[in-house]
Amino acid sequence: MISMLAELQAITGDKPHANPAAIAMFVGFVAATLIITYFSARKSTGSSAYFAAGRRITGWQNGLAVAGDYMSAASFLGIAGMIALSGYDGFLYSVGFLVAYLTVLLLVAEPLRNAGKYTMADVLAYRLSPRPVRALASLSTIVVSTFYMIAQMVGAGGLVVVLLPGISYHVAVVCVGILMIVYVVFGGMLATTWVQIIKAVLLMSGSVFLSVLVMSKFHFSLNEFFTSLSKITFHKGAEVVTADFLTPGMKFTKPLDFISLSLALVFGTAGLPHILIRFYTVPDAKTARASVVWAMVLIGVFYIMTTFFGFGAASVLGPDFIAKNGGGNMAAPQLAKALGGDIFFAFISAVAFATILAVVAGLTISASTSFAHDFFTNVIHHGKEQKPGEEVRVARITAIVVGAVSIGLAIALGPSANVAFLVGLAFAVAASANLPVIVFSIFWKRFNTTGAVSGLIAGLFSSIGIILISPTIMKIDAPTVAASARHLIQANAIFPLENPGIVSIPLGFLAAWIGTMLTREASAEAKFAELTVRANTGLGAEKATSH
Amino acid sequence: MSSQTPQDFTPVSGGPTDVAPLGRTGQKPAHERTAEEEAGTVKWEEIAEAPEFKALLASKAAFIIPATIFFLVYYFALPVLVGWFPELMKKKVGSVNVAYLFAFSQFFMAWIVAAIYVRKAAGWDKSAAALLTKLPRK
Repeated sequence: MISMLAELQAITGDKPHANPAAIAMFVGFVAATLIITYFSARKSTGSSAYFAAGRRITGWQNGLAVAGDYMSAASFLGIAGMIALSGYDGFLYSVGFLVAYLTVLLLVAEPLRNAGKYTMADVLAYRLSPRPVRALASLSTIVVSTFYMIAQMVGAGGLVVVLLPGISYHVAVVCVGILMIVYVVFGGMLATTWVQIIKAVLLMSGSVFLSVLVMSKFHFSLNEFFTSLSKITFHKGAEVVTADFLTPGMKFTKPLDFISLSLALVFGTAGLPHILIRFYTVPDAKTARASVVWAMVLIGVFYIMTTFFGFGAASVLGPDFIAKNGGGNMAAPQLAKALGGDIFFAFISAVAFATILAVVAGLTISASTSFAHDFFTNVIHHGKEQKPGEEVRVARITAIVVGAVSIGLAIALGPSANVAFLVGLAFAVAASANLPVIVFSIFWKRFNTTGAVSGLIAGLFSSIGIILISPTIMKIDAPTVAASARHLIQANAIFPLENPGIVSIPLGFLAAWIGTMLTREASAEAKFAELTVRANTGLGAEKATSH
Repeated sequence: MSSQTPQDFTPVSGGPTDVAPLGRTGQKPAHERTAEEEAGTVKWEEIAEAPEFKALLASKAAFIIPATIFFLVYYFALPVLVGWFPELMKKKVGSVNVAYLFAFSQFFMAWIVAAIYVRKAAGWDKSAAALLTKLPRK
């Protein structure tokens, strides 16, 4: 990051100075979200209000919030950069991120809303022995959320350093961490939801604006735009290469690599705890369905627009310029600067900042809800609060701890740490540990506690274990690579692919199946009729609170 | 406020907390009953065995299973084709190529499957509401 800044100075020829428009927009966004938090805090009394926003979020609001929770900095900055540098292969991510929502819509959202209360584990614990299942589901939730959060925090710190020169990485990480703790501790799910809604609106409008600017450069002719992509010249090491950016294969040389990633995306989204708990914030399953549809429209339109600002950055700026000016993650802001000047650069930067804050707030509340509701109340205290309001108090304390730990880890890792794989790992754990047990507990009568425990353990540990021996961790770096960006284990990888999904997802399903077949649990089978009726009719589902 | 299904007797919970505090004597308010205690008020097995409910499940399965298989096959065709049939995918169609068009079509595939699901689900909502009105109760 430091060297990148120095390069930026060398190119622009002047000292980087904070852009006043950027500062104004950052401050504006933070002020607006703090006002929301203040008003939410007055409403967030009681478990249902704090954990599920009183279940009174409407379909379109929740759709925006799901989109806001999902489209992380990795989506906005990461995919734009990947398309700008690797062309078509980057666009394949865009496709996977949307199609994944069909799994959520068809299989998970409505049964989850009908049968659960605050967390993913509610549905698992329904028929099964609650304590072991909740303890493991809570562990898996916290692991997924923490991996995802560290990736976001490191990204946020690095981003702020480039966007607001003068602020150090440490200060940036601490500020992001404190803001997310404030939203979650004081405002609960309601404040988190509104932060996500505002972010989704900002992100969508920023992307539309950026896409229109790109197309105006090509006289609004798709033909002219796509033709410009067929011959892009850039440097690859010392040699000059001309490539067609619409041709597959610039990034993925092993087809299995992409299949493994696709599996993790398509099955992981339906197991991401911070997305799943959003369906408890709406009044009923019908609204949960409507919110997935809203989210699919927004997410789809957004990822289609990555065509314009991703490929557009490749065509307008060129891969060489992007590589020299902050790398792939800065492709979208740099494109905004080139097309719309400093003000638009500031706007896109503020959008990126809002994006990160909304996602980390969603992750914090999902981790703290799971700890308080699953682990503290249900595992330790057998489902009874010792004192009124205890569950919410524990969740608030957990949010502070989770926030503090994330700040600490992000600072310890430093700005140039290789953390992008953590997002892929979070999806892999969600797909391998969470999804098999969710699907089996909803649809398979014979499923039992042994199956859930073995599925969760196998999915969680196989994803982490395989990634440890994969090229994301194990690789021999060239001596020129900076120490902080080096791979953790300097040896040839044992597992050849970047993402563990292709092995760990079948393992998760297999372990859940084998565990189930080893034992019989009459009580779990007896309650299947009840779960099916609840899941399919909404009878007895948690209701919205009245005013 | 949620719209309640006809004759849905599950009360609206409005208390500051819906987890039962310790040390209270007397009966629990209805909204605090756990699933196990509620088993006494609703004959879940009888609903599950009712022909209307079985028809609802069959109708859902008849759509959801093929739709899931379809979208997975359509989606995984993309990495398979890109990975193992690069020549086909490179073929130019106007100013774009087969690879881009197929990737682009995935967005519309997802939206169309979602739209059909929503239409089907509206019908299931009606069947569910209808069968709850003649719910067997104790």
